[in-house]
Amino acid sequence: MLSLSVRQISRKLQDGVIVPSDVCTACLYQAEKLKKLNIFVRLTKEVAEHQAKESDVRYTNGNVRSLLDGIPVAVKDNYCTRNIETTCSSRMLESFKPPYNATVVQKLQDAGAVLLGKCNMDEFAMGSGTVDSIHGPTKNIWQSGEKYTLLRNVGERATSVEQVQGCNSTHGSKMVYQELHHLSSHSNKEGSSSPSEEGDWFIAGGSSGGSAVAVASGAVFAALGSDTGGSTRNPAAYCGVVGLKPSYGLLSRHGLIPLVNSMDVPGILTRTVDDAATLLNILAGHDLLDSTTVQDSFIPLDLSQDIDISRIRIGIPKEYNCPGMSDEVMETWSGVADILERAGAEVVQVSMPHTPSSIACYSVLNQCEVASNMARYDGIEFGLRTAENRSTEELYASTRSQGFNETVRGRILAGNYFLLQRNYPHYFLQALKVRRLIAQDFTHAWSSGIDVLLTPTTLTDAPRYSQFISRDNREQCASQDYCTQPANMAGCPAVTLPIKLSKQGLPLSLQLMGQSYREDVLLAVAKWIETAVDFPRLQLET
Amino acid sequence: MILLYSEGKSVFTFALPALLIRAWTCRNFSVNNNDAKHFLSRKVKSYVSPTSTYTTETKFKNKKQSYWKSVVGLEIHAQITSTSKLFSQAGTEFGVPVNANVSFFDAAIPGTLPMLNRRCVEAGVLTALALSCRVNPVSFFDRKHYFYSDLPAGYQITQHRVPLAQEGVLEFHVFTPGSHHKPYSKKSCIKQLQLEQDSGKSLHDEEACRSLVDLNRAGIPLMELVFEPDLEDGEEAAALVKELMLILQRLGTCSCKMEEGALRVDANVSVHHEGEPLGVRTEVKNIGSVRAVGHAIQYEIHRQVKVLEAGGVIINETRAWDADSKQTVPMRDKEEKQDYRYMPEPNLPPLRVLLNDQPAVPNTYRDHINVQCLRRKLPELPSETRAKLTNKYGISPESAAILVNENVLLQHFYDIMEEKKSRDPKLSTNILIMELLTILNKKKLSLEASPFPSHTLGEIVDLLQSEKINLVTARKILQEIISGNSMSPSEVVEKYEWTQITNPSEIEKVCTAVIEQNPKLVEQFCSGKTKVFNSLVGKAAKITENRANMATVVQVLTAKLRKIQNP
Repeated sequence: MLSLSVRQISRKLQDGVIVPSDVCTACLYQAEKLKKLNIFVRLTKEVAEHQAKESDVRYTNGNVRSLLDGIPVAVKDNYCTRNIETTCSSRMLESFKPPYNATVVQKLQDAGAVLLGKCNMDEFAMGSGTVDSIHGPTKNIWQSGEKYTLLRNVGERATSVEQVQGCNSTHGSKMVYQELHHLSSHSNKEGSSSPSEEGDWFIAGGSSGGSAVAVASGAVFAALGSDTGGSTRNPAAYCGVVGLKPSYGLLSRHGLIPLVNSMDVPGILTRTVDDAATLLNILAGHDLLDSTTVQDSFIPLDLSQDIDISRIRIGIPKEYNCPGMSDEVMETWSGVADILERAGAEVVQVSMPHTPSSIACYSVLNQCEVASNMARYDGIEFGLRTAENRSTEELYASTRSQGFNETVRGRILAGNYFLLQRNYPHYFLQALKVRRLIAQDFTHAWSSGIDVLLTPTTLTDAPRYSQFISRDNREQCASQDYCTQPANMAGCPAVTLPIKLSKQGLPLSLQLMGQSYREDVLLAVAKWIETAVDFPRLQLET
Repeated sequence: MILLYSEGKSVFTFALPALLIRAWTCRNFSVNNNDAKHFLSRKVKSYVSPTSTYTTETKFKNKKQSYWKSVVGLEIHAQITSTSKLFSQAGTEFGVPVNANVSFFDAAIPGTLPMLNRRCVEAGVLTALALSCRVNPVSFFDRKHYFYSDLPAGYQITQHRVPLAQEGVLEFHVFTPGSHHKPYSKKSCIKQLQLEQDSGKSLHDEEACRSLVDLNRAGIPLMELVFEPDLEDGEEAAALVKELMLILQRLGTCSCKMEEGALRVDANVSVHHEGEPLGVRTEVKNIGSVRAVGHAIQYEIHRQVKVLEAGGVIINETRAWDADSKQTVPMRDKEEKQDYRYMPEPNLPPLRVLLNDQPAVPNTYRDHINVQCLRRKLPELPSETRAKLTNKYGISPESAAILVNENVLLQHFYDIMEEKKSRDPKLSTNILIMELLTILNKKKLSLEASPFPSHTLGEIVDLLQSEKINLVTARKILQEIISGNSMSPSEVVEKYEWTQITNPSEIEKVCTAVIEQNPKLVEQFCSGKTKVFNSLVGKAAKITENRANMATVVQVLTAKLRKIQNP
């Protein structure tokens, strides 16, 4: 049950096969069982059970609020949740209980979703591994030592999922699975990766690593991440789930504790493209509390009609083929391009010449906004306050040096340097100009008739922890974000979806980027690819 | 596109969480005494330098001063009259309990975002138009960073790159009896008008070694008006501030209550020798009234001259006006030059206003503020009112200025003239600015607390105009009413039989009696001591209990005395 999509579980709930409370209990059990993966910063058991019970009543009375009603979800720990600790994985906010709900959290709640918990992340979302957290690192579910089965959709002609899972219901989804692999650390058929060892495992990616593992492992059916330079797509890619970064301005950032205001967007993590669309439909729209959300009314996406792939023009930006990209990723990329081309899509190489400058530009803009956004953490109104009482300045200094990790402090320092009056034109202003050039690369692509761009999401499959921490946070972000952050610079939507397994038995994913506010086209193409590649679904053994 | 939220249409009401209040009451901000001086608080504790012991008076007499030229430029922060804050829906009432008007945004709770208050932008545009500014079709908000305990976000949102409006001008009359020979007109150019948020307030309890933060002011909407250094002295500055206050009050964009901090004036002052480059300037803050504007600047000019003449140098510093000791004192918190690390505010889109009536694309600009529409709503400005009073009613410019300066007087004037068109405007004006103000002053009453309705004052004007009473009686009537007599002026006249004696034969009798009863005075007058004439007139007044028409008395008495002199 826990490996089903939102659509499928929703169908079961509507058919009365199960009730929300049972789903909630199963998810809580799963989350507890997977404790050592360190997915959750906090399980909101009481809230979840309460919300599930309320949902039970709605299903009984037939006033179900949405497809998400009664379905357990999780949110990254940088979304404000009323009276529930929101730490941003930082000592600074270790005991911070926001007095309000973020708009997207409120929308989930209004849709009837059940909040299972808050997910681990890199401190203040600065990182790409979910390793820099006061709560410790999050581990990838893949090759983690947990026993799981891989299920693959083999078409509508085979036996029904209910039979496979030993369920008696004759209703429900016609989606059908069969056992494909039986991969676990002890019975790895590929044999290319050694079993996960203590202290050396595969990272979840980041910074929304907790949210990605929560969805991949079956602890929840969907989760919110946040995406500033790839923080939703990177862990989604490493964990084999769908990660959607919507257009900037489509979803409210109110209540999302900011990293880079001009690039942050709430990210959606689900097991299927359809589910991503379901969440997008619930979350999108103008918010008075966020002046940067677009006022145009949002038209809900409908992916029920298959698209005619032969009418789609797909761009392959050559600059995304960069040093450090593994052969497997390259093969995956060209493999999917071939599939699309064979199906009649027009696949063309395009040039986005400013892509290599993107990382440097991003790092300047990121650090400047970080320096500014972090200025409020001074120990006065909320958050950590040290016992220092010699002077206000000393209190600030000691609170901020104890409250922030080295990465955060480093970015604050650099950002303040870039913003000094004498440096501003050479760094910040220059970076804004480069950002415009990067955004223009995208508009040129769209104006040449490209519908979506196809690129890798990450340069390799998930790295091992030991390998990942051998480089510092700054270096890691520079390579991890290479393919993802240009979309944040341009504000356009992007989605990552798993394609196949690597030789190590880890997910390999690709990214699609589309025109701003054309999530409909983007997700339609993603759904087509999803169906075509039929990536296996992970099911934990009970 | 930017969506401005409208006041009143509260979509979300923020209740201040108990968390926040508790945070401030149980986490009283503890610092030691040495630290307190680093704080910028609105009430600046005076720091008396041993060298600054001279007073304003002695400086006025410094003859060498004419040798120097002084240059003054003002920066004025005017609190925009609005019911909610610039970027949040918290209230703005003055005098509410500590931290009662604080939204999550005002306290910089993580994840909160600014929402621009439409009313504040409209007030800014209206003010800009009244001051002949060029309104920018697109302006931007920026973050100005500095650490301060009453600045919760660690930055202030202001308009640094492109302000709401630029290049205005304010014309005003410098009219200070005694110091300048005659009133003159002066102009000061306005560099820019920008919208920005106020900070909170730190309160330092030095005995308990702690500081407390009140965020009621945090996020209050301000217009900052930056004037070019066009002024020469404190009187000009005070006159400018007074005129600006009249304009803002007329527009209803600022209450201008300096005592509530609703209008704050900072002055940049420097002195130099004629023909030489401008001197190093100091900034004078903490000026609490219009009078203090004049005094503080005058003091600072003299202080600088004195320092320079003693061979010293002026350092670029911020000084505070201490109203008690009547001097400017260094503010020690701003010693270090700060780099504010300005950055565009990423959470607020560019602020676009519509300069022309017709949008190029219909509906595209439906939320935009229409500048032409606001221009049509501009009320009559004080300068226009003054021109109207002098041109239409023939009132002197000085009297017109006094009427316009006091809105209550102006309203009385309009009411009196409206009630009876035949009333003499000059006589009415005199009653208002001489008699009414005098008696209120004596009783220490403000104009707002005046017991005289316009129709009562109008009746007194009628009695005077018809010569039923004289001026002395008019004063007695005012006195009677202010003491609690609820009768109308005519009834008072009737009751006390205060009707003026205008009958010539009766006045003849009075004058004859005066001459008969005062032979010595008459003798003195005839021997050339014409000064005693006034005493004789006074006797006539006394006999008639001030009821005689004094003009007639003077006439008759003169004739009679002439007859005695030249029989």
